Amino acid sequence: MHRKTDTLLVIVALVALWQVLHWIVGSVALTSPADTLARAVELLGSATFWPHVAETGVALLYSLLLAVFGGLTIGIALGINRLAGEVAEPILVSLYSLPKITLYPVILLAFGLGLSAKVAFGTIHGIIPVIIFTMNAVRTIPPVMLRSARVMRLSPPQLVSTIILPAALPELVSGLRVGFSLTLLGVLIGEMFASQRGLGYLVMNAIGGHDVRTMMAVVLILATTAVLISAGLLHIDRRMHRRAS
Amino acid sequence: MKANVAAKRDPHEEAGAYPAPAAHAELKGVSRIYGVPGHGGVHALGPVDLTLRQGEFFSVVGPSGCGKSTLLDVLSGLSVPTEGAVTFEGKPVAGKVPDGVGVVFQEDATFPWLTVWDNIAFGLRRAGVDPAEIERRVNYAVGFVGLKDFAKAYPVQLSGGMRQRVCIARTLVMRPRLILLDEPFGALDAQTRLIMGDELLKLWRETGATVMLITHALDEAAMLSDRIGVMSSRPGRIIEEIETGWPRERDSRIASEDGFGQITARLWRLLREESLKAAGLAGGGS
Repeated sequence: MHRKTDTLLVIVALVALWQVLHWIVGSVALTSPADTLARAVELLGSATFWPHVAETGVALLYSLLLAVFGGLTIGIALGINRLAGEVAEPILVSLYSLPKITLYPVILLAFGLGLSAKVAFGTIHGIIPVIIFTMNAVRTIPPVMLRSARVMRLSPPQLVSTIILPAALPELVSGLRVGFSLTLLGVLIGEMFASQRGLGYLVMNAIGGHDVRTMMAVVLILATTAVLISAGLLHIDRRMHRRAS
Repeated sequence: MKANVAAKRDPHEEAGAYPAPAAHAELKGVSRIYGVPGHGGVHALGPVDLTLRQGEFFSVVGPSGCGKSTLLDVLSGLSVPTEGAVTFEGKPVAGKVPDGVGVVFQEDATFPWLTVWDNIAFGLRRAGVDPAEIERRVNYAVGFVGLKDFAKAYPVQLSGGMRQRVCIARTLVMRPRLILLDEPFGALDAQTRLIMGDELLKLWRETGATVMLITHALDEAAMLSDRIGVMSSRPGRIIEEIETGWPRERDSRIASEDGFGQITARLWRLLREESLKAAGLAGGGS
């Protein structure tokens, strides 16, 4: 109950701040919350808006599948193999901090315009945190559990599915949460350049036509969706950690 | 003291197999060196020659860091000896835990994401045992370790002693013929340890399994064992094997027997010098 009122307070404070900023800079740079909400409702009701949502959704879905399954597989392999993990970790950390937008021209050249470039860009954003979190989660599994698995003569697939995944699950959910936000970021950035469809394109197009209302409305819809999904994952995350401790 | 109290209830003695015990597991000239021998490698164990007799309760005591746990690792197949050979039921043990060997570790090895019941059933399910049979064995084991009321609880809701009982039950349901225990009661308080020792004796009697218990508690070894192996400081070798001569039907009350004090005193006489060496105090005693 306490947490709910806190959340509400944060939302009210953010909207108030937004309103104040609107008064300072004016509608030319920032539309008011009410105005933006009206435009957002208008967008959500229009038939031309939904194909863009579908385009972004499909790219996000593919990127997430690749980032999550690729990240889990590579992360588990690196977590089990100590030496490989220790070699890979500094490389992964530097890749993680690399501004990936600098790689976008390379990706466009490699994958061409369209869905595959966006998926590739979303994936490279999301996969690295998933790998790092998974690797660390597997490494911190108590050795006695792995020894028990050997005493019970588990096969490698059994070891992964019945010990490693459940033991690492609370940490994995944390990794997926971070991975989700970054994958969405990657897909949207991908859509902002050299793209004709998607929510990222809508934002860039609105900026180009100086349609601040539309730009703000799309950003509002995106931010709300992302926050809701992230909050859902955080909720699962917290529950997992509570049960494990 | 070698009274035949248990003669009527003990299947081994009825069959006449008990008086002439066969070798169940054997270590011959086993050494374990970590790292590169001669180049800063650590000589942790051996050479050790040891024969575990079919159905006996054998304990290993030794100063801390003498390689007791390494001995268990090598015997169970969790680790490969640098030199020497290990056999279980006549077959060589090579880097894999053989079927019929169960291990209980010192650390809490329960799986926190499973209930007590599912923890105990874990190995049986992976081994593809028939569900009805799993049901039967787990229900029996849960009762045996006194956790019937906690079958649906998660390990996080249990005390350390109860979690260790879950691990014992998880080993028990697999029907091992050789049970290895690595200081399983090390983290428990004195009273709980006595009770767990009694449960272990009951388990040993009911299953007819061979048991090897590693412990740092001399009284525990003196109380529970048929035979006790005393290890030297590192690199650990077995410097003496002591027969206790207890009857098969026994429990912790044996501590009040005359022989108990004598065995404990003898263990300490053997271990005192080794423990001083292990602590870096050799020659400090008189």
